[in-house]
Amino acid sequence: MANPDPPAFFVGTRKGLFQLARQAAGEWLPIGHDFVGDPVTQLLHDARDGSLYAALNLGHFGPKLHRLAPGAADWEEIACPAFQETDGASVKEIWALEAGGADQPGRLWAGTIPGGLFRSDDAGASWQLVRSLWEDPGRAKWFGGGADEPAIHSICVHPEDSRELLVGVSCGGAWQSRDDGATWQQVAQGMRAAYLPEEQSLEPDSQDPHMIVRCPAQPSELWCQHHNGIFKRSGDADWTEVTTAPVSAFGFACVVHPTDPQRAWFVPGTSDQCRLPVDAAVVVQHTRDGGASFEVQREGLPQSHAHDIVLRHALAIDGGGERLAFGSTCGGLWVTEDGGQAWQIQAVRLPPVYVVKWQQPAS
Amino acid sequence: MLVRVRFTPQLRRFLEAPPAEVEASSAREALEAVFADHPRLRAYLLDEQGALNKHFALFIGGELARDADALDRPLATGQHLDLMQALSGG
Repeated sequence: MANPDPPAFFVGTRKGLFQLARQAAGEWLPIGHDFVGDPVTQLLHDARDGSLYAALNLGHFGPKLHRLAPGAADWEEIACPAFQETDGASVKEIWALEAGGADQPGRLWAGTIPGGLFRSDDAGASWQLVRSLWEDPGRAKWFGGGADEPAIHSICVHPEDSRELLVGVSCGGAWQSRDDGATWQQVAQGMRAAYLPEEQSLEPDSQDPHMIVRCPAQPSELWCQHHNGIFKRSGDADWTEVTTAPVSAFGFACVVHPTDPQRAWFVPGTSDQCRLPVDAAVVVQHTRDGGASFEVQREGLPQSHAHDIVLRHALAIDGGGERLAFGSTCGGLWVTEDGGQAWQIQAVRLPPVYVVKWQQPAS
Repeated sequence: MLVRVRFTPQLRRFLEAPPAEVEASSAREALEAVFADHPRLRAYLLDEQGALNKHFALFIGGELARDADALDRPLATGQHLDLMQALSGG
């Protein structure tokens, strides 16, 4: 993996890690392919020091974690988050991987299947299970959603106070800590689960947020693509449901603009029973006004005979807020450079895409 | 007793796993003896609960050992171990 001058992004797939760099306007091509043949389930390009982390889930040999140090030519296998034998659980997959705050060099957070949150303070040389969350009585109510076991897919570190965290659990709601993970509170109040008996539909511990994102410039503003709806949260208020999505409120992926919390993008699908694009057309739903209305972006996206699903980590927005990229379970890859007014399909047929992450600018 | 242990050559993509001869009375004891010299190998073969990763096939004395307690069952004299990839995945 190189660190090229032109903008670039990384794509973790069923068969390895690809790096794509900008060749011309709207044209992005692979310039690297590492871990050839191996499933890459999560990525982190750490803006603090330029390290690149890749989580693998080797079919025969289990989950693994690798680090490419800044300037290094070769990847190094580092410690993988692991439970202790007495915990009665084994890590099946690293599903979330995030850097700690700028004031926490070496701090990493990892969320796993099953639902363990792990912390490293030495850039992944060692990991500790966050027992305060693992041993919270509320965890007993969690259950499997996208995977057979409950799992942590979203870790939102507050950019102005790195001791404040919010994690999303499928299915276990949203959990917040304001003391660096020492204590946790369920904060999924306001979410609604259509898959539960009506009288239990507002039960926070049973919510299935598919993806939760935090606006970097206004970190009190959060968006969530939930199993049966789109929700947003402002400050400590309950989540409110956004019911204006014109194509579908079901989907997995969502991103928020880096500076404007009113702008968010969602890639919808049909119902949870089917999980395909609505009418076999790939679209992106974009709101500019906090969900009061949406535009449906179609230009450059396949509008017939398309069966691409975009998984929750497979849509990414860069720091400028106009370039977005997403990959699909069918190996399609699209990029926009104008916030989605026009998308460009890329001249590459990838293995099924699990995760897309933009390369961070060199600091 | 001395037990001979061999590993799938597919592991060489990721780490060294040379054949070994170790003192052991069960497959688990044999693996623990190997891990003493090759600690990274543990996480490739066993999960945190000490179970063999499900896509591994353990052969004891040339016979596929499918039972849950295969790692802990006493070995017979002369039985060797093969840790092979199961034919799964894609």
